[in-house]
Amino acid sequence: MSSPSAILKENIWTSNPIFMQVLGICSALAVTNLLANTMIMTLGVTFVTALSSFTVSLMKSLIPRKVRMIVQTLIIAFYVIIVDILLRAYLPDMSRALGPYVGLIITNCIIMGRAEAFAQSNPPLISAWDGATSGFGYMAVLLAIAFVRELLGFGTVFGFQVLPGSFEPWIIMVTPPSAFFLLGIIIWAGKTVMNREGAAA
Amino acid sequence: MNATQLINPFSLFFASIITSNILLANFLGMCSFISISKDMKSSNGLGLAVTVVLTVTTGINWAILNYVLIPLNLEYLRFIVFIISIAAAVQMLEMIIDRVSQALYLSLGIFLPLITVNCAILGVSLFMEIRGYTFVQSLVYGLGSGLGWWLAIMLLSAIRKKTDKSKIAPGLQGPGITVITIGFMAMAFIGFSGMLAVQ
Repeated sequence: MSSPSAILKENIWTSNPIFMQVLGICSALAVTNLLANTMIMTLGVTFVTALSSFTVSLMKSLIPRKVRMIVQTLIIAFYVIIVDILLRAYLPDMSRALGPYVGLIITNCIIMGRAEAFAQSNPPLISAWDGATSGFGYMAVLLAIAFVRELLGFGTVFGFQVLPGSFEPWIIMVTPPSAFFLLGIIIWAGKTVMNREGAAA
Repeated sequence: MNATQLINPFSLFFASIITSNILLANFLGMCSFISISKDMKSSNGLGLAVTVVLTVTTGINWAILNYVLIPLNLEYLRFIVFIISIAAAVQMLEMIIDRVSQALYLSLGIFLPLITVNCAILGVSLFMEIRGYTFVQSLVYGLGSGLGWWLAIMLLSAIRKKTDKSKIAPGLQGPGITVITIGFMAMAFIGFSGMLAVQ
């Protein structure tokens, strides 16, 4: 549990925040219609998760238990504002496309979950690593969804046309329900593989 | 901005319940939606609590945004200010309900702390800001989104009563089938978008 590589494996695979715990899909599922948006959004989540875990762990002896939730929320909000300002300054188009969803990183359950479950009882550096790897696990699943949605919905990958012009785009892939279906299928596949592994072990 | 001013509150209300359902079209409030929808009674309590809190906080945040943040040029602080005002509103609501009705407190009280971190609440405030709603539009949008969330969680918990007892492939049990069910619900709700749309 405590070695960095064990944490990496755990957060990306055996307790992946999305398909094992179904956490934190609120703020990011909405932007999975395009790969580039998903990439930026999940990078933002990873950045915030890692740094807020680091900060919470650093300050854990200073925060009274009764108000720790609100203090954690403020720490998270602080980093989200940094992400928001950076996006507005350097990627204004992306900032407009993501709209309110950048601010919603604050209420992403993964970040609060890692702060509560891990950073509260571990030293700062390993907490930052735990936060970052949770972010990567999250990124992997959402990029998979975004890849399918963009490929079938627009015929492109990261904005480059890959399917021939004669390809008829699937309207459903552009609409919200497809994100739910793809997420369901990914959860199904992940759990099935994991059940097999469990049976083999 | 000018386009949103023209939406009449009546169609905004219905659009936010059905075609722009905060949960099914904007994916907000999913975490508690999936975990609480196992139980119908809790779903009802949480739905009511979300509706009340959404209406109250959207109004409060509109006032803070337009009378404090914009005049002082502090819009970049809106995330922190919104989340604090939501936490404070939830806390106050909890105390008021505790005083006024013990029965209501018992059925609603346990859900209130959960609501501060419900993405739908912050999400509605942020949408309200981005779309530049007026005060009346904000209240109607908050109320409609809450009712839409309530409707969605009640429908899902009723469906889950059946799916929990059905034979389902082992990998798909639990969250897998729930997410796919939500997908079908989203398709049904969005099917009405020819009639009304706010986005």
